[in-house]
Amino acid sequence: MQMNRLAAVAAAATLVAGCSSGGAQQSAAPSSPAASSPAAQKVALTYWNWVPGMDKIVAVWNTAHPDIQVTSSTQAGGDDSATKFLTAAKAGNPPDLVQAEYQALPSFVAAEAVADIKPAADPVKAQFSEGIWGLVTLGTDAVYGIPQDSGPMLLYYRADLFKKYGIAVPKTWQEYADAARAVHAKDSKVYLGTFSSKDPGSFAGLAQQAGGQWWSISGEAWKVAINDEPTKKLADYWGGLVKEGVIDSMPYFTPEWNKALNDGKLLTWPSAIWAPGPLSSNAPKAKGKWAIAQLPQWNAGENFSGFWGGSAVSVSAGSKNKEAAAKFATWLNSDPEALALLVKEGSLYPAATKGADLLSEPPAYFSNVPDFWKQAAGFGAGARGFTFGPNVNVAYNAFKDAFDKAALNKTSFSGALQSVQDATVADMTKSGFKLAQ
Amino acid sequence: MARARARAAYAPLGLAPTGILLIGSVYCLFPVSWVVIAATKTSGELFSSSTFSLGTGFFQNLADLAAYREGVFWLWMLNTLLYAGGGALLSTAVSAVSGYTLAKYRFAGRNLIFNILIGGILVPAVVLAIPQYLLFAKVGLADTYWSVLLPQILHPYSIYLARVYAGAAIPDSLLEAGRIDGASHWTLLTRVALPLMGPGMVTIFLFQFVAIWNNFLLPFIMLGDDGKFPLTVGLYTMLAAGANHPSLYNLILIGTFLALIPLIALFLTMQRFWRTDLSSGAVKA
Repeated sequence: MQMNRLAAVAAAATLVAGCSSGGAQQSAAPSSPAASSPAAQKVALTYWNWVPGMDKIVAVWNTAHPDIQVTSSTQAGGDDSATKFLTAAKAGNPPDLVQAEYQALPSFVAAEAVADIKPAADPVKAQFSEGIWGLVTLGTDAVYGIPQDSGPMLLYYRADLFKKYGIAVPKTWQEYADAARAVHAKDSKVYLGTFSSKDPGSFAGLAQQAGGQWWSISGEAWKVAINDEPTKKLADYWGGLVKEGVIDSMPYFTPEWNKALNDGKLLTWPSAIWAPGPLSSNAPKAKGKWAIAQLPQWNAGENFSGFWGGSAVSVSAGSKNKEAAAKFATWLNSDPEALALLVKEGSLYPAATKGADLLSEPPAYFSNVPDFWKQAAGFGAGARGFTFGPNVNVAYNAFKDAFDKAALNKTSFSGALQSVQDATVADMTKSGFKLAQ
Repeated sequence: MARARARAAYAPLGLAPTGILLIGSVYCLFPVSWVVIAATKTSGELFSSSTFSLGTGFFQNLADLAAYREGVFWLWMLNTLLYAGGGALLSTAVSAVSGYTLAKYRFAGRNLIFNILIGGILVPAVVLAIPQYLLFAKVGLADTYWSVLLPQILHPYSIYLARVYAGAAIPDSLLEAGRIDGASHWTLLTRVALPLMGPGMVTIFLFQFVAIWNNFLLPFIMLGDDGKFPLTVGLYTMLAAGANHPSLYNLILIGTFLALIPLIALFLTMQRFWRTDLSSGAVKA
């Protein structure tokens, strides 16, 4: 029932988008009988992803499954990969399997580029938390991928410098703001944190924590509420701190940010569970000086977090061997041996609940926190997600433009949020999605 | 008198042109020298030591890059050499023959073809990449070596250059003489025209080699198999490896540095073929 609704919404969009060659090929694909290939026949699958060490993980599968040979091909990650996959799908030339970031998956579904793999996925459903499973079903009856990794958010802080400046670990965002003022008053070159206008994913995670619901499907229409009350509150909170000048506004993952982390000019980073990876390469000098805590809460005593990052493995609608591909995707993300490899080779935080048990040794960067994974899993347990819409890329680009300007000119962040909402709605209207009022 | 005035007008400029050129060369060389120096730094030094102090990690970076995904970098390097070398050679051959034909033969539609070519120069290759991808996908050639080579062989600007060069470098009387002696079209092309077009062809080869070497969008769109990637796309996959993994800045920098070397070597060796007589006008265009 629900599936039909989403499909109808998606189909409308595809019609309006009017892809001439791709449309015909895609609609032909699902009816092709190739899905049930005899076991004796050798199947070759291609798999686009950007997981480090995936070659080695695939090699393990290939040895065990001579009849289903997978070739992993490393792609550029993120938005580029999503665009490239959609183009390939439109051209009728997609890989069999693709790494789909949770926020990109709805756009794949709307373009009918990924297949419903419910029969293969259902047996492993119990291995994933409900919140994560929702990211691959999009609230429908279909399953558009197997969750691979996730990024529950927590607070990273410089334990040594917290001691030096005499501040306690903030439990609420109010305390975080007070600490930001205190730190900046003690040393005007040092900031408690920074607001990054270039990382909408991080902002989305914080909005999830605050209780935002940016997209939802109601009836046969999409509802967009990027400017809902929780998100507005979040935007004004950071906007206020930036305006006051007690929080820096340099974007994450830039050379200046790396330098600030290395030099101890930034004391916290509200980030996801994968942060040890980037920290170890971007701030090698601060090794062993960080600690972790729960993300500050909006109300004392709560235990909420959000997700930043993470992806699923989806099967192309255009694949000739969907069944075999779904089998591989399921193995990769739920088999204990595969999960262990994902942790070891790919340095991922597996989405499967039993994957967390495989993480015992703390990351080398956090050798000072022996029970890093246990702590992190506890802090991230309260993470709640939301449904992503079919044009997250548009929303994210609008976010970067609007918040860049707002952070630079120190103007209203909720005003910037409104323009993100407007741009997103306008794009969805233009693409032919039905919108609920 | 005109010459005297020109000299008088020239004198007050004094060292200014030299100064402007010097600034220009610093502007061009600064990023290159930055890459060279940054390639010597370890990831720790990269963001904390001053920009122009040499690091200590050059050989470690080199070893790490060679070990990255079992030396896939060298495969990308070979692919790039194949795309750039093969593509530039084929493109030069096609351009030289077409340019010579357009310059020296009179046939119906010659001007039309030439005007279409001129129009082609105005269409940026970037605009064509996606339509080309859709076409190649349709004929089943996407994600093959040909999908990167073929679109870069026909290059309007190179044909235009070859036509201009052939028009100026090959005297009609020489071709006439050849015809009177009974030379076939093929003999005229290979024995008379092409030898005279040498410097022009070197120019075209270099232009195309550098253009293909640096081309990112076309292979990025065409190729899915990372074993066929050229350096540009390969290094990009290392750069965009996802925020949730350790970044590979120092590997990318040393990779960029290594990618520069063949280009510099090519220019230094080809320079002597590159005579500045007639081609100089063309080069500036």
